[in-house]
Amino acid sequence: MNLLEGLTPELVVFVLAGAVCIVGALGVVLNANPVHAALSLVATLFGVAVLFLAQEANFLAAVQIIVYAGAIVVLFLFVLMLLGVDRAEDLSIDALGRGQRVAAGIVGLGILALPLLALASTGGEATGARPPTTAPNAIDKTTPDINQLGESLFTTYLLAFELTSVLLVIAVVGAVVLARKVKRADYVEDPLVPTVSEAPR
Amino acid sequence: MTGSIAQVTPAWYLVLASVVFAIGAVGLLVRRNPLVMFMCVELMLNAVTLTFVTFSRMLNDVNGQTVVVFVLVVAAAEVVVGLGIIVALLRKQPTATADDLTVLKG
Amino acid sequence: MLDLVWLVPALPLAGFLILVVLGRRMGEPRAGWLATAMCGGSFVVTAIVMVALVGEEEENRHHVLTLFEWIKVGGFRVELGFLVDPLSITMALLITGIGTLIHLYSISYMHGDPKFSKFFIYMNLFVFSMLILVLGSNMLVTFLGWEGVGACSYLLIAFWFSKDANASAGKKAFVTNRIGDWGFMCAMFLTFATVGSLDYSVVLEQAPLIAPATATAIALLLFLGACGKSAQLPLFVWLPDAMAGPTPVSALIHAATMVTAGVYLMTRVSPILTQSYDWAPSIIAWVGVITALFAATIALAQTDIKKVLAYSTVSQLGFMFLAIGSGAYVAAIFHMITHAFFKALLFLGAGSVIHGMHDEQDMRRMGNLKKYMPITAATFIVGWLAIAGVPPFAGFWSKDEILLSAYEKNPALWFVGLVTALLTAFYMSRQVFMVFFGEERWRDADHADAPEPHESPWKMTLPLVVLAGLATMAGILNLPFGNRTHFLERWLEPVVGESEHTVTAAASAQIGLAALAVVGSLVGVAVAYRIYYQHKMEPVEPAIMAEGWKYDTSIAAFMGGPGREAFEATATFDGTVIDGAVNGVATLVSGSGTKLRKVQNGFVRTYALGVAVGVVALLAYFLSRVTF
Repeated sequence: MNLLEGLTPELVVFVLAGAVCIVGALGVVLNANPVHAALSLVATLFGVAVLFLAQEANFLAAVQIIVYAGAIVVLFLFVLMLLGVDRAEDLSIDALGRGQRVAAGIVGLGILALPLLALASTGGEATGARPPTTAPNAIDKTTPDINQLGESLFTTYLLAFELTSVLLVIAVVGAVVLARKVKRADYVEDPLVPTVSEAPR
Repeated sequence: MTGSIAQVTPAWYLVLASVVFAIGAVGLLVRRNPLVMFMCVELMLNAVTLTFVTFSRMLNDVNGQTVVVFVLVVAAAEVVVGLGIIVALLRKQPTATADDLTVLKG
Repeated sequence: MLDLVWLVPALPLAGFLILVVLGRRMGEPRAGWLATAMCGGSFVVTAIVMVALVGEEEENRHHVLTLFEWIKVGGFRVELGFLVDPLSITMALLITGIGTLIHLYSISYMHGDPKFSKFFIYMNLFVFSMLILVLGSNMLVTFLGWEGVGACSYLLIAFWFSKDANASAGKKAFVTNRIGDWGFMCAMFLTFATVGSLDYSVVLEQAPLIAPATATAIALLLFLGACGKSAQLPLFVWLPDAMAGPTPVSALIHAATMVTAGVYLMTRVSPILTQSYDWAPSIIAWVGVITALFAATIALAQTDIKKVLAYSTVSQLGFMFLAIGSGAYVAAIFHMITHAFFKALLFLGAGSVIHGMHDEQDMRRMGNLKKYMPITAATFIVGWLAIAGVPPFAGFWSKDEILLSAYEKNPALWFVGLVTALLTAFYMSRQVFMVFFGEERWRDADHADAPEPHESPWKMTLPLVVLAGLATMAGILNLPFGNRTHFLERWLEPVVGESEHTVTAAASAQIGLAALAVVGSLVGVAVAYRIYYQHKMEPVEPAIMAEGWKYDTSIAAFMGGPGREAFEATATFDGTVIDGAVNGVATLVSGSGTKLRKVQNGFVRTYALGVAVGVVALLAYFLSRVTF
């Protein structure tokens, strides 16, 4: 009867956070109302942030909350409210027919089962060679993870890091172009839609 | 027996990530609202970042966390552009679902 | 000083580029002066290089200056480099020297032409290409120039392309040359396959190691190329038609320089010729001498002042190939130089006559022009005496050398050559008497108000005078009085020394042969004098000769008849079978594409499903690799 004895803090944290994650994920998929789906998404993101903390990725946990929960989900909700498309979706039918649902289920099962099978077949341990603790990219328990992350970003991955800045600029420009109101004169005729005068191919 | 339960191995995290990823994938295939589909993509991304962090600790390698930073940046950029596209589309046709947007069919 | 050699082709190239950009704006006559200056500058640089080369020891007179690596594919490497040795520099000097004179002449000749600047663009490009041809350090660079001069020749023959005949003459030259180019290319392939390099220095050094059969094949393929470029049987038909171009072009390209490229090429590869079977040079000699005779007979009956000179050029080129076939490379180059002088002189003189006669080319409507065009007449007469082989003019010495070598090769060759020399003297005398002596015939019933002929301006007569001087004196280059007066032979010794045939005939025999040649020439002149000056004999001008032995027309008939059918059959084959296969593939692809495009149904979730299925499949694959 030593059940409580086995309840280490990590176990408790993992079970709670994991449950929040899964419930939130299911909520995203199953909620007919997109606003509710967005709120469920926040739950999942929060759960993941907690799991980051449990694995000593403190900086990432903070970023997860700030960027994802704070910015991205707010952006989602903002769009929902802006466009007023928050009406519920009828989940009982699918325009693509039953096949899509069935196929989605099978594929989803495959995606779930195969990694689990992989884990089970390797004895619960994912493969991968462990670097020695003296390697330059080994996690040093004595320094804060944010320092190590910064060093990694600005040395090994400097080029990739600089490229992300380019990516962000492109994204901003793209968003501005997309959100701009298009003038009638700028519409381009769709060449694939045959006009009346043109005989069908 | 109890000792093995108490031990939260990396495998647990990986299993959890798999579950979330699968839920996201199924959601993407089933839902029609483009915004919700987007959220499902975010779910899948989060599942992957979780595995990265897990592996980072398991393999004692800080680079796993570095990758997560990049995933975050890419996700942010992707959301900006994706939402831009969705806004442009839905402004023309507010009731549109993903199935109505078949202009590019062959 | 030798390093300056890159400037030699660079100057005409610069002229070409400047004129392409600014030619129209510069207009007449500045564009012409620029082109002339570039060509003249090139001449000066060549002279400087030549002086530097003379200053070196005889055995060191061989330099390769590489500009850059042009092509490098595996073991195949070609450098863009220039070969500086006595032969190439002699050629370059000839090209730039005569080129400059003809450029100067053209400024006046092309006066008032709407495409004045374009003419000089082509001329400078031609000079550039020709210099690349002779200076190239390997066969591919030579080939580059070879094609370049071919293209310029085409552009300049068809210069007044609005007239249909001119345009088709250009095409004819181009297409006929292509047959020869095929031979040149095959020779290059074979050379590379055998020696593994195209560099002259390597190829010619290795030449004694090439199997005689291969050497023969290379030599004959190169000779085919030379036949095309230098208008030998059976590929000479384009040259007479090439007279459709402006006369300075005929003088520069179709008399003095380009058509001698074949002679240059054969001289350049003389060690390969030496290595081949004995019958290969004999073929070259016979082709040369038969061409010489054949063209000379045609020239007898021509009435167009330029056509006579064109056939005469073919005939004289035949003499050069006779020399090459006889192993007398120095004599070939010697004759090439003297021929360049007197034939350029004759062409420019003819151009001056045409200019003075207001674009009249028919010799039957000329006569007594010596009264109206004294300088042209005097210089033309110098050219006539030179080509007729009258001592001491240049043509006598070079032709005598050739005939001497031919005699030692085979007396039959010598005899045909002698007959040709006689005919040459005859038809050239005929031309001179018809054009410059006798009655004035330009006013007849049809042309009652024909204007008076007039002498040409100094820009045209100056080149004539200079060339007349050269045509008189050029014999000095290689006088046959002992080894000391063989300047050209000693100069070219490092290039052709090992292949050169050594004259063995006794001095008395040499003098006898020379005397016979002189007698032959004088007989030709005398007969022409009787017929065309004194009119005491009936002219013998059979129609078949005027029509060039119907050679051209029979080719045209063959190509128009059975040839055309064969080509059309090929075209049909190409259209149905080959195009059919290609189109069939296209139809297959587009048909299956039409079917497959249904897969793109536009539903993004279907695509997502496809991606997901792919992910599952990949996962399953990797798992199967790891686990089982």
